[in-house]
Parts: sequence; C-alpha cells; structure tokens
Amino acid sequence: MGFVAVKVEPEKIEKAERLLKEKVKEVAEEQIKKLTFSVDKVMSEAGLYSEELAAGAIKQSMGDLLEATFLLRAFKNTLRRIDYTEPVDGKEMRVIRRISSAFKDIPGGQILGPSKDYSLRLITFDEPEEVPKEDFKLSYTSKFDGKLPKVREFIKDYLSIKKTKDNGAFCDITKEPVTFPNPPRSAVLQCLSMGEEGALVMLAYSSLRGYGAVHPTILELRQGYLPLIIKHPLTGKKVKVGEVRATECEVIWQENNKLKVGYGLVLGFNERKAIAMATLDLCLQAKDDTPTSDEEFVLYHIDGVDAMGFVEHLKLPHYIFFASIFDRIKKLQEEKKDEI
Amino acid sequence: MKYNFAYLDEDTKKEIRRKVLKAIAIPGHQIPFASRVMPLAKGFGTGALQITLSLLKKEDVVKVIDQGRDDSLNPLNIKRLIKKTAPGVELTEDTARATIIQTRHRIPEEKLRKHQILVLQCPFPEPLRWVEKSEAKTRKMHAEMDYSKAYLYIYEQLLRYGEILIGTRYPVMVNNRYLMDSTPIPRWDIPKLNYADCVFLFGAGREKRIYAVPPYTKVEPLEFEDHKFRTEDMSNKRCALCGSENVYLDEIIRDNGEKYYVCSDSNFCEKIRKGIKVERWENVIRS
Repeated sequence: MGFVAVKVEPEKIEKAERLLKEKVKEVAEEQIKKLTFSVDKVMSEAGLYSEELAAGAIKQSMGDLLEATFLLRAFKNTLRRIDYTEPVDGKEMRVIRRISSAFKDIPGGQILGPSKDYSLRLITFDEPEEVPKEDFKLSYTSKFDGKLPKVREFIKDYLSIKKTKDNGAFCDITKEPVTFPNPPRSAVLQCLSMGEEGALVMLAYSSLRGYGAVHPTILELRQGYLPLIIKHPLTGKKVKVGEVRATECEVIWQENNKLKVGYGLVLGFNERKAIAMATLDLCLQAKDDTPTSDEEFVLYHIDGVDAMGFVEHLKLPHYIFFASIFDRIKKLQEEKKDEI
Repeated sequence: MKYNFAYLDEDTKKEIRRKVLKAIAIPGHQIPFASRVMPLAKGFGTGALQITLSLLKKEDVVKVIDQGRDDSLNPLNIKRLIKKTAPGVELTEDTARATIIQTRHRIPEEKLRKHQILVLQCPFPEPLRWVEKSEAKTRKMHAEMDYSKAYLYIYEQLLRYGEILIGTRYPVMVNNRYLMDSTPIPRWDIPKLNYADCVFLFGAGREKRIYAVPPYTKVEPLEFEDHKFRTEDMSNKRCALCGSENVYLDEIIRDNGEKYYVCSDSNFCEKIRKGIKVERWENVIRS
C-alpha cells in the first residue's frame, strides 16, 4: 500500500509518528535544556519563555527546531494571558556580556563574557577542559553596580529619534491582526522579535550586501537577564516576579546630519538575531524601494511557523487543483494540434 | 592528522598566489577566486587571511591589526591561528619589522616600505554596489569604464547636503582605469594608497574577490574640481597618551561621560612614547 489518499485508517497516522518517536526515546530533556542556543531559538520564535517545554518540544521534534517552535507556539495558544509585565528599559538588564563596535571604550567597559566570536572553527576531538571557577566571575567596574548605562546616552545629541504616532498604545500581535500600511511600531517589533532567525539574518544580509540601503554599526549589543515586573493585583505596587534571558541590540546608521537608531530585542541568547532585527528595524524605517524596506514583504514572510506550514502544505493532496490546471494544458495542446 | 604549513593546502595557495599576481598586473581590477572556508566566521577577515597564509614563508614576519591595534581580540585570534598552523613564522607588533601586515580598517601611521605587503580585509570589493546592486551589471560598467553613476551619487549628495557623505569605503580611481572600493579604512588613510612604495592586497573571502594596488600606482579619490576630497577632521586634537597631533584618533568616553582621544595605531603610539623615530607618510591631505 503506497501513499494513496482515497481512504486511510487513522492508525496509519499514528504509525507514521511512532516511526519517528522511537529514535529519541532515550534522549533526556535535561540534556537538551543545556543546549542553550537551540532552546533559546525555539523560545524566541514561539514567543513563550519556558526552557522545560522548549526542551520537550525539541525532543519530540527530533531536533527539528522549526517544528519544535510550532509545538511550543501551538501550546502557548492554549494558555490564558494572565497579565502584561511593565515596560522594562534595557538599562535594567543584569548584563553578562556587552560590547560596542562604534566606540573603542565605553562607560562601564566592553565585557566580552561568554562568546564564540573569536573561536577558531576547528572541530575539537578532545575532552572538554575543566573551566576555572574565576572564569565565571564578572569584572564590572564597581561604579555601575551591575547595571550599565546605555551607550546611546552618551551620543544622544546626535541621534535622530522620532516619537511614534502610537502614543504608547500597545498592539499584541498574538491577539490582534497586524494591518498594513503603517502597522504600529509595537507590532513591527514583535513580528521581528518572533521572526525566524534564518529569515531575519538572510534579509538583513541582503541589505548589508547591497540590496538594501542600510549597513549599520553596532552601537551596543548586550546579553543578560531582564527583570519581569508586574503590578501587584491587590496593592498595585510594582513587584519583580522573575527574570528572562534576553539579547538587546542597538545599531546606528547615518541619516542626513543625524544618526538613526535600529532596535533589536529577542528572548534568549541570540546575538545574530538581535543584530539582524535591529538592522531590519532600520531598513523598515528607511522606506525606500529596496526589498527590506517593504514592510509587507518583510513582516509577512519572516514568521517561521507560517512559512514552514505553507511550504510544507505542498505535500498535501492537490489532485483537484492539479487536474484543473492539467485540463487547461491538455486543451491548449489540442488546439495547437488543430492549428497544424 | 596534521594541518599543512599555514593551514591551506599547497594547491589552494598556488591558486591564490596566481590570482594575486593577476590582480597586481591589472591594478584595481577584481579577480574572482575560489575562497575556502576558513576556521573564522566570514566577515572576520577570511579573504585577507587566505592571502596572508598563501604568501607566508618561514622567514616572514607577520603583524596583524584591527582598527589600528595589535592587541585586540580579532588580531590576537588570527595570530593564534598563524602560530598554531605556521610554526617558525615570527609574529610582531613592530610595523617597520613586518614583511606582511594583515589589517582591518586601517593603514598604519608609519610609512610602509618596499619590502612590505599590506593585506587589507575587505567586506565589499565592489565600489559600484552603492549605486548598482546587480553583479552582472557592475561588471559591465567596469568593462565599459562607465562610472557616471558613482559621480552622480556624490554629486547628488553635494546638491542636497553640500557635502560628500561617504565616510569609509571611499571609492578611488586606480591607475586612471578601475574604480576601486578602498575598504572601510578612514578617509584619513586614502592618500597613503597613492604612489606608495609597498604593495596593497585586498582580500574579500565571502565575496570571493582579490584585488591589488601595486607600488607606485596612481590612486585618486572620487572628487570634483570645485569640491575636493576631505579626510576626517583631526585638527585641534591630540593623543592623550603620546601627545601626537596629525594622527588618526579614537574618541573615548570616560565613565563620567568626558571625552578624550588616543591614537588608533597602537604601535605608532607606543613608539612615540618610547622616543623611537617614526617615518610618516608624505603627501597626506589634511582636512
């Protein structure tokens, strides 16, 4: 029996799933949780911060990260949104790494932290070495007490920052549709932040390379822990209820006599996505005729779950659709024969 | 398993050396090459590194800089690879001693001499990319020496803002024939390319291109008779460490928000502080 869609017993679907599940039976979710970058990619694109669930989803999808994102996002949509946290400034981040490519030295210092940037990409076959305890200590200058100022504060007179017309209104794209033209800034940033890493990187790269006008400089890139603050339901007082891993990036690009700022913030540790997001934010503000300045082109196509779903739907039966097209082709060929 | 001397296999080195010779024979013209995957991320200097490694002999003395510095992370990392895979090759910070200098975004303040090769890391080999995104079209424009769009680009900036807005990657005309991307060196360094004693090689790994400016070659920045090319304004500033004026300076912001300046070229700054005489480039246009 082949892939015949005339009539299928439901057991067939279960059998197809079982064939995949068997392989990962032995894999422990605790181990997957340690694969931070996979877990963070999935949490960021799903828009749900839960290491346990993300690790479980990665296991269930056999390491297919888009599929894992899909699982996590589908689950998220079954949850009630209890509350919104208070807006938080990136300044409040408990920083573990922070760099600027625009300035050699910055107040609070450049902090390399954990990074692969300067690793030689040689596969190591040896056992990993013990990491000395002092490597984990952070070398903040005591003056800032762990909370570092934003580099932008020191060049604020040169920055071109326009107030949005949204007046602080906030659009939650998981509850409201994004409409064009001119979606609110909060919606644009959410679309970018939940976008698929590869899609963002590819589009940002196209702009850097010449298919867009923007090739920015990183004013500041920081990784760390952002506090989650809510208003207490009874007292109304602000209380910290937890922290999330996050990556924040601000890039700058010349616009007339000022510098324009692009902003990127993603859940989890993912610098290339944060940089790509900040770059695309600049591209979208540019409003020229390049592909990356077309808000519909960018925002409609960067969602990984949407994109994978539609590309993979091509595997569904299309007999009716195809027969109808085939009918037209046959007809055209017949007419051509008649002409001869 | 052992890596070959200087990481790349000998066939690859031969290909790259031949492409370098071709690039020198046609100044400013971009020569395609195969470009290997290097153990550094693309954009960190893989093109220049392939040139450096292909040219390396045991008796070479290598210097690597980024933004003018020898001791920042990127050069340290590149030197780590050279040390690991090219044993015997001497690494130096002394600009005058080096036979090969790999650089990102700077030409040293100290004048380079006949025996020296400066290998520049190049993100964008195509100077016309500012005005034309298609490679097929820019190749044709080079073949026909059709650079009108590039002139129009800076002319429009002059009309709209009264200034040419290109900061780095300033386009230059090489040997009256090819328009060339000067890589993200500051405009301060552009005049050094003109009639120099040394060889300038440019490697773009991701874009798979090599190009060159041979010694004693005319290199002119794009400009108009009534609006000349200008370097960055370094007047009325001096290095806080060595006191030098007329050098390219980095702006540094202290924790209290105060600004001061230091030489971007760390080896130059060190030599001045030690009282070592440094020969400077002549023919440098000031802002």
